[in-house]
Amino acid sequence: MKIHEYQAKEILRKYGVPVPEGEMVTTLEAADTEAKKLFSAGSPVVVVKAQIHAGGRGKGGGVKVVKDLPAANAAATAILGMQLVTHQTGPVGQKVQRLLIEQGSAIERELYLGIVLDRATGKLTMMASQAGGMEIEEVAAKTPEAIYKEAIEPAVGLQPWQARNLAFKLGLTGSLVNQAVGFMLGLYKAFTETDCSLMEINPLVTTKDGKLLALDCKIDFDDNAMFRHKDLKELRDVAEEDPLEVAASKDSLNYIKLDGSIACMVNGAGLAMATMDIIHYAGGSPANFLDVGGGANQQQIEAAFAILLADSNVKCIFINIFGGILRVDVLATAVVAAAKNLNVTLPLVLRLEGTNVEEGRKILADSGLKYAVGETMAEAAKLAVDAAKGSN
Amino acid sequence: MSVLVDKNTRLLVQGITGREGMYHAKGCQEYGTNVVGGVTPGKGGTVAEGFPVFNTVEEAVQETGANVSVIFVPPPFAADGILEAVAAKVPLVICITEGIPTQDMVKAWEIVRASKSRLIGPNCPGVISPGKAKVGIMPGRIHKEGSVGIVSRSGTLTYEAVYQLTTRGIGQSTAIGIGGDPIIGTNHVAALKLLNEDPETEAIIMIGEIGGTAEEAAAAYIREHVRKPVVGFIAGQTAPPGRRMGHAGAIISGGEGTAESKMAAMAAAGIHVVKSPAEIGETMARVLGK
Repeated sequence: MKIHEYQAKEILRKYGVPVPEGEMVTTLEAADTEAKKLFSAGSPVVVVKAQIHAGGRGKGGGVKVVKDLPAANAAATAILGMQLVTHQTGPVGQKVQRLLIEQGSAIERELYLGIVLDRATGKLTMMASQAGGMEIEEVAAKTPEAIYKEAIEPAVGLQPWQARNLAFKLGLTGSLVNQAVGFMLGLYKAFTETDCSLMEINPLVTTKDGKLLALDCKIDFDDNAMFRHKDLKELRDVAEEDPLEVAASKDSLNYIKLDGSIACMVNGAGLAMATMDIIHYAGGSPANFLDVGGGANQQQIEAAFAILLADSNVKCIFINIFGGILRVDVLATAVVAAAKNLNVTLPLVLRLEGTNVEEGRKILADSGLKYAVGETMAEAAKLAVDAAKGSN
Repeated sequence: MSVLVDKNTRLLVQGITGREGMYHAKGCQEYGTNVVGGVTPGKGGTVAEGFPVFNTVEEAVQETGANVSVIFVPPPFAADGILEAVAAKVPLVICITEGIPTQDMVKAWEIVRASKSRLIGPNCPGVISPGKAKVGIMPGRIHKEGSVGIVSRSGTLTYEAVYQLTTRGIGQSTAIGIGGDPIIGTNHVAALKLLNEDPETEAIIMIGEIGGTAEEAAAAYIREHVRKPVVGFIAGQTAPPGRRMGHAGAIISGGEGTAESKMAAMAAAGIHVVKSPAEIGETMARVLGK
């Protein structure tokens, strides 16, 4: 689960990790009030930052540094409500509905700090780099030696000596070293106590008056752990997510919208990915990833159908089920009911195999439903691609 | 022969009185696996549909001589279930549960790694040695006894591969579902090592997916150590970066974990890499000259 920068900074603040003063606002009036407050508190500059979940906001024109109130006003007016396009949003962009009005900082150096899981060792790893403000992926690809890492022992957590190691490698001196140790320990505590899956401070800055600050912060939470964080669940902003994906999540369906024309309904994540691949291989393009899971019931299958049909790009529905836990007869019954209830008129291509497949086929044959059957995945994919082309 | 599970398997089911646990306890038994009992804390001393139930894994192992435990405990308690099985010195622990918080596994893994127990999964379909024993949730009837070993991060995609083999008359020695989570007990390399050292496994199918670099490591291992033919497939060739494709571990992030990189590494290691999942069976048939 992704959250906004201002929410991530709230969490850091709770853990004693220094972040700039600021407030999230949703109206121009509130933006004005907040900017006024920061200027009168002596801040020489104020930053107006678009709050959307995608990165690359600065390059897209979603971040402005201003020196007085009229300029703050103009920036807020320009950004609030704009359709912000970044390399992560896609060409349509994301509408800006929230702003973070923040105290500006006299930046001396821009650094990078992050915590991720190193899958190879199964340990959390703190990563630091002097190349702050850049895409860390780019740094990792071009100059991997410029990223310093400390693997964290889960039994004892991040140790102060590890934080000192990183601080010295970042070239910090004097009181900044101790500030960095406190900063990193706080960050690790926040990461583990809130069950993050990713945390990035980019940039981490040193200021001209000798302070260390998290100028930006990105946090993703581990969806699997959200059952023990009811408070964090409320930070979800569904306006930032695809409406079909939000609808799917309400029925516990694993759905990701893509931009092709062949909708797919599959059980199992691996087979769902492989189904997308084989559609592509057969010359078509998948409209989505959808794993209905092992224990899908009729209501979920019907909800899944409704979601697939709500995508106006969809020209054909391809159902690929390998019954294991999910029995094919149960699926067939649900498909027949859903297709009738929702009055499905798009071409339907089925590929069914596994537990109770004969019973399932009979249910479909007796239903009066119109559909095509592929005996193998390749054959079914070809039928689906042809059907999608035919119904254009 | 086969690896991990066979006629000597004495299976314990953790979470046996749950809906999933009982359903699959029966499924494993029907396949011919020796299911010796189950564990559900608080229900010890009872008998559930013919299976003796114990309060603790330790007690169950003492009473039944179980040597494999399969876990169907719900996600919030599953890491605890793994650690309990490891503490009871069960040699093979297979965790089916999907959705365990990553940090629970980060902590549990330290202990599992230092123990003598082998963990398969979590978030996996289990392990089957056709004709001998089934420990997991896979449909048994699609399998056929034979000599192709399978290692895979995916459940249903493994069934698909098995089905493509069986319909061509090619049997399997053991199919190992290693799981789709970021932290798993037995990775591709470890599973490949088992199949490589099994004298009766003649060829191997390796199924990976986007996310992480385990397949690249497996390719390096195969290049060094494996002389048996290997057919490989990577799911997620068309998956967009930055999105988690169902499995917690199936995500391309930081430019790492792309299907392209994995397929290139595998091809360079001499693996017969197929682009289409429909070609797994026919490619294996060709490689085996059948």
